Amino acid sequence: MSDDLLTVTGLTRYFPVTRGVIFRRTVAQVRAVDGVDFSLPAGHTLGIVGESGCGKTTTGRMVARLDEPTSGNIVFDGRDITHLRAGQMRPLRREIGMIFQDPYSSLNPRHTVGTIIGAPLRVQHVQTEQGVKRAVQELLELVGLNPEHYNRYPHEFSGGQRQRIGVARTLALKPKLIVADEPVSALDVSIQAQVINLLDDLQDELGLSYVIIAHDLAVVRHIADQVAVMYLGKIVEIADRDDIYASPRHPYTVALLSAVPVPEPAAARTGSAAGETAGPGTLSPRIRRERIRLTGDVPSPLNPPPGCRFHTRCWKAQDICQTTEPPLDELAPGHRAACHFPEPPR
Amino acid sequence: MAMLEVRDLHVQFRTDDGLVKAVDGLSFNLERGRTLGIVGESGSGKSVTSLAIMGLHRSSDKGSGTEITGQIRLDGEDLVSSSAERVRQLRGSKMAMIFQDPLSALNPYYSVGAQIGEAYRVHNKVSKQVARKRVIDLLGRVGIPQPTVRVDDYPHQFSGGMRQRAMIAMALSCDPELLIADEPTTALDVTVQAQILDLIVDLQAEFGSAVIIITHDLGVVAEVADDVLVMYAGRVAEYGSGGDVFRQPGHPYAWGLLGSMPRLDVARVERLRPIRGTPPSLIHVPSGCPFHPRCVYPPQVGGDRCSTEIPVLLETGPGHRVACHLTLAKQQELWAKLAPGSATAAAAATEETAATEETTAAEETAAADEVASAEPGEDVTEVEAT
Repeated sequence: MSDDLLTVTGLTRYFPVTRGVIFRRTVAQVRAVDGVDFSLPAGHTLGIVGESGCGKTTTGRMVARLDEPTSGNIVFDGRDITHLRAGQMRPLRREIGMIFQDPYSSLNPRHTVGTIIGAPLRVQHVQTEQGVKRAVQELLELVGLNPEHYNRYPHEFSGGQRQRIGVARTLALKPKLIVADEPVSALDVSIQAQVINLLDDLQDELGLSYVIIAHDLAVVRHIADQVAVMYLGKIVEIADRDDIYASPRHPYTVALLSAVPVPEPAAARTGSAAGETAGPGTLSPRIRRERIRLTGDVPSPLNPPPGCRFHTRCWKAQDICQTTEPPLDELAPGHRAACHFPEPPR
Repeated sequence: MAMLEVRDLHVQFRTDDGLVKAVDGLSFNLERGRTLGIVGESGSGKSVTSLAIMGLHRSSDKGSGTEITGQIRLDGEDLVSSSAERVRQLRGSKMAMIFQDPLSALNPYYSVGAQIGEAYRVHNKVSKQVARKRVIDLLGRVGIPQPTVRVDDYPHQFSGGMRQRAMIAMALSCDPELLIADEPTTALDVTVQAQILDLIVDLQAEFGSAVIIITHDLGVVAEVADDVLVMYAGRVAEYGSGGDVFRQPGHPYAWGLLGSMPRLDVARVERLRPIRGTPPSLIHVPSGCPFHPRCVYPPQVGGDRCSTEIPVLLETGPGHRVACHLTLAKQQELWAKLAPGSATAAAAATEETAATEETTAAEETAAADEVASAEPGEDVTEVEAT
């Protein structure tokens, strides 16, 4: 599609494992990202979910070109940016912003908020000094902070407010695309909701596109239009948000969803009298779902299992899963999953 | 008599900035075989409570500036007033703790087996061989494959989930009657988290111990806890059975927590309902109800009761206590509107979010609408500034 803001094809990133000091040789490759394809229409949000080590952060860093892909293509706004050099990348830095996970380590403690948020403007020579101050104050207001706090330091703010500062800095150059790596996972629940709503509002107001990387499936369901589930460097399932949560096709997605604890007491969930005792807050019967427990841990990306990478933990695995890697097939319009034995649609 | 009784517990730390009231009058009971979930945001005093029970915060510590008053009675024996020596005897044997981050709680220089066996050897005066047998047995129990081989591994050779299993084995080594798990799954992925929670539940069924699970994740609490204690600014906001607290919560803070959380079990809501503002500093705890600067319901209570009078923890149902000035009828009426799935929830959400956003956006500008204009006073500003 030509109206996609971002198209990623066959993206890979291998990190070499080296031995020796003088005669440095590569002894192995960590296949952090191993063939990822997706596209993102302008104004939409893609959520990337997966467990630690699945390559979601590396994918995000490559999209923002903080890391150079080993192979594959990243086309942003009709332009191939895969191997642009730092100098060529600089004008594009205005268009792709990044929000980092940790609001404590991503802000320089020795700089005032004004300096931090104004830095992108200064680096990109966007406005004069007088203009920068006004621009920063507008940004502070946009993200729900007091513009008078221009001269304060990061330590004077709480975690949620710092994350807002990070968002303001990213917005300074009016990017088209924002890559947010775990934007809320370091925050308390009540604050998390504030930041999620803020990201929502900014998207409506400024027409932003997001790539949101998160391990929390509930958060991703809330903000993403399209969701990609990654496992060991590959996308195992990608679909529209409602599709993937209502009818997951890949066993890994099914297992991930069933592992998320829900705030509904266990007694009420298993009890048959749920309907009687429940007051106005009666919930859908979906909560009495089957719980699937995966055994073991994610295998090492240094030496991923042959065939389907999930077969070592999959309860449906057959012989073919150990030998042949399943392609990411389109099972329904816009719903792709890489499994030999996908779940039937619900 | 309950196995663990905590009565009017206060834990305070003297710091250069002032007195930090980390726990401010906490009381609860815990019976054998029951699980208590303590929920709250960072700085609500939940971890300090657990450390105080374990005797890891003590007033007698010289130079720590710690002051603990009240009672922590384990089988009738008060731990606050007993000697450090006595608490040391109990710690590890009668009560044990699982810590949040297994990588920093395990010593990288000692094998996993040696660390798990240490407490067992100290408390039971047995030989290394006997302890080793016990450790292998425990590792098998917590689901470590090939325990006879893995017992000699070092922590870095274990994955995150296995390390947490090793921590659990360590806590269980002396068959504790009270097990405290402080954020046991926060550092873990969801699939591993599910494994660990199952393990804790299974082991509790097997050993019949009392468990306190401390977490900020309401989902985890709902999954494993019989009773739930919601803490805010070192005090109990709400205390009751899991069914009470999740189905009929009475405290606006509990509503806020439930509304802030995106959930997978109900239809997706267009907007989350965050709690406005940020948790208070424990040095300058707001007067009256500590939650009032962030609460949107003081007008429903009327007058300035919320900002002047500390609400008492009142029984609103059998075993269900709520510390809020709202009347029970009012609580039920408001929750009926907010509960997920209720017809009016969506409307209430938008209405309330509008109020919330406004106050967050310009904390010093008094919001025009009726709800928000109730308390835009100094407290809010002070909280934001700290």
